[in-house]
Amino acid sequence: MRNQTLNISTSPHLKKGVTTDVIMKNVVYALIPATAFSIYVFGLSALLTIGMSVTSCLLTEHFLCKWSGKASTINDYSAVITGVLLGLTLPPIFPLWMTFMGGVIAIGLGKYLFGGLGYNVFNPALVGRAVLQAAFPVAITTWYPALMSDRFTSVASSLYTLPFMQPFFDGQSGATPLSAFKFDHISAETTDLVFGFVSGSTGETCTIAIVLGGLYLIYRGMMNWKIPVSIIASAFLFSGMLYLYNPELYPTPWFIVFSGGLMLGAFFMATDMVGSPITNLGVIIYGSFIGILVVIIRIWGGLPEGVMYAILLGNALAPQLDRVIQPRVYGTSKLSKS
Amino acid sequence: MKLFNFYKNTFKHGIHPPEHKDDTKDLPIKQFSFAPVFILPMEQHIGGPSELLVNEGQEVDRGQLIAKANGYMSVPVHAPVSGVIRKITKVPTVSGKMVTGVYLEAFPYSGQEVREGIPLDPEDASKEQILNAIQQAGIVGLGGAAFPTHVKLKVPEDKQCDVLLLNGVECEPYLTTDHRVMLEQSDDVFMGIRYLLKATGAKKCIIGIEANKQNAADHLEKNIPEGLPVEIRVVPVKYPQGAEKMLITSVLDIEVPSGGLPIDVGVVVVNVATSAEIGRLLPHGQGIQERVVTITGPGVKKKGNYLIPIGTPIRYVLEEVGISDQISEVYLGGPMMGVAISNLDIPVVKGTSGIVVYTKDEVPDVQREFPCIKCGSCVDACPISLNPSKMGLLSRVKAYDEMAETCNLMDCFECGSCSYVCPSNIPLVQRFRIAKSIVRKRKAKAHA
Repeated sequence: MRNQTLNISTSPHLKKGVTTDVIMKNVVYALIPATAFSIYVFGLSALLTIGMSVTSCLLTEHFLCKWSGKASTINDYSAVITGVLLGLTLPPIFPLWMTFMGGVIAIGLGKYLFGGLGYNVFNPALVGRAVLQAAFPVAITTWYPALMSDRFTSVASSLYTLPFMQPFFDGQSGATPLSAFKFDHISAETTDLVFGFVSGSTGETCTIAIVLGGLYLIYRGMMNWKIPVSIIASAFLFSGMLYLYNPELYPTPWFIVFSGGLMLGAFFMATDMVGSPITNLGVIIYGSFIGILVVIIRIWGGLPEGVMYAILLGNALAPQLDRVIQPRVYGTSKLSKS
Repeated sequence: MKLFNFYKNTFKHGIHPPEHKDDTKDLPIKQFSFAPVFILPMEQHIGGPSELLVNEGQEVDRGQLIAKANGYMSVPVHAPVSGVIRKITKVPTVSGKMVTGVYLEAFPYSGQEVREGIPLDPEDASKEQILNAIQQAGIVGLGGAAFPTHVKLKVPEDKQCDVLLLNGVECEPYLTTDHRVMLEQSDDVFMGIRYLLKATGAKKCIIGIEANKQNAADHLEKNIPEGLPVEIRVVPVKYPQGAEKMLITSVLDIEVPSGGLPIDVGVVVVNVATSAEIGRLLPHGQGIQERVVTITGPGVKKKGNYLIPIGTPIRYVLEEVGISDQISEVYLGGPMMGVAISNLDIPVVKGTSGIVVYTKDEVPDVQREFPCIKCGSCVDACPISLNPSKMGLLSRVKAYDEMAETCNLMDCFECGSCSYVCPSNIPLVQRFRIAKSIVRKRKAKAHA
């Protein structure tokens, strides 16, 4: 036997082999049903919104990496996820330049400023959306009816509005189920909400498409199922209690759970691994906190929708939960010191 | 009841790497040929090195004592072959350290008979006699750690051993030595149990075996000698169940206190192969000269379980079994906790449970390290519920003392489950090893 050169490495010499980019790629796959459905419901406008959002996130990530002299990290797929999620939370007729700005803010402010993937405190897509909500309150609450007959042949003119121009929404806006309930007290049919044939943000309307993607990730072991379950369960229980107390005044728990961005938020935004706690107990507290907050904001807050703020506040709570809650170490009787 | 046990009979968390045991688990143990020259380091165990008794040029018989124990935490070394001591010098070992040892040249035409010593009957012998005989036979834990067995068996005055727990788990991928020992040397295992029960004062013995070795469990169950208080317990397949504390939790559903030893909860854990070795050697008063080693991995042609004389150079072993031209890594032990070696001129020692050879195809390219995305996989994998994610972040800023004080760093037994699952390829356990050694050094300094 001739002399061999042998490699040296330290144990373990086996790896599970599911790397971060593989997880991220699968999250993108899991978002396909919701994305496809939103394009079906809102047509070319949704396609343009999501496309612009993804493009701006990728460009921002790439540019910031180059600018700081690092290798580009766009191929870890995390910027794609941010782009898709941001696009899905925006109204389908949102001016494209605003969407572009949202992507730049999401990556630049929400992610890069904190140190990039893994270091951001808040979900970048929601940071982007929160800034857009503050800057363009009218545009972001101007909706578009679902299933317009010309949705595949024409595009809402407001998409092409340029900066410093007042977007003209040419009377196409329609109330979302949440705003209809909030301001006019009209409750939508639960089945319409589940299937998503209602107006609203691009991709948050169809519960079935979102849950399908979520189940895929749970099946692949790439999503912590305890997060969506605790958010949905706590929102359901809390709103259920209110509904039982006064059915005239408060919406049904079904309405709360299936309307607005709750499903998308619970499955794809609150579950962002970076912004959620690590321990089991922490995750359940985090999820319940978000679920209850959503109900509070929706019912007593000034806005019809509260998922975005609830998750951002949950993100703020997560590091604290991680600090306080540690798993009980084997062979120790008390919770270990933190 | 059975269903209930299925969920109960294991510890929390852990991982399940691919087992890779099918290649060798059905291959009976084969005697390996004698190498022309043997390498015998004096440090084959944890504790003081053995003290040489022979001179250069001296002829020795197989089984003859060539080095004696140097103190209580030490064991002797016996000649694995009849031959002549060619050289006393520094020899290479697994750790990479050069230690005192001998090169023993085998007599090619010797019958290789092992001399009989003074037999010891488990029924008549006293505790002390058995412990002494185990030490004199040069026995250390054959599972891999090579801790002197007699030290482990010595129950402190103020403690009591209720259960003797035999470890037949063999949770490392690829390794099948304990599996074959249980199937082929059950009489030796049971004989060993007689000595071990007497030495520890335990009233009963439980043998823990993972479910992927059901045939071994059945075989042992069928052959329990009349009146011997032995119970077989099959546990679900999971890594690192072979770790003492994990096995205790799986089988007895109790936890060993942090920083404590199994005896603190009335348990002594011994590997099944160690028990077989005791059962084979003590009735004949002999010393350990060989052990079963699994030689496997994609780079090996004649995979199998071999009875290999201790001191056989790895190079000779690999030449005999045949390896592919494309080998790239060789591990001693399993791939989860085993050591990669760069030098094939080190010998098989008492602690060598397996030799795993990887070819270039199996070894992944150096993988890109991503930032921690706090996915929690490591937290879900850690068998003792540490928070590797948090410790990983602390290790980046070299906060080693904080890791020890607030994260129970020193409880980490380096099973590597965290590194195995980490999607970001962060070398967690590798960093914890460094952190542990630094903390240990600092503590030693503070005491000095």
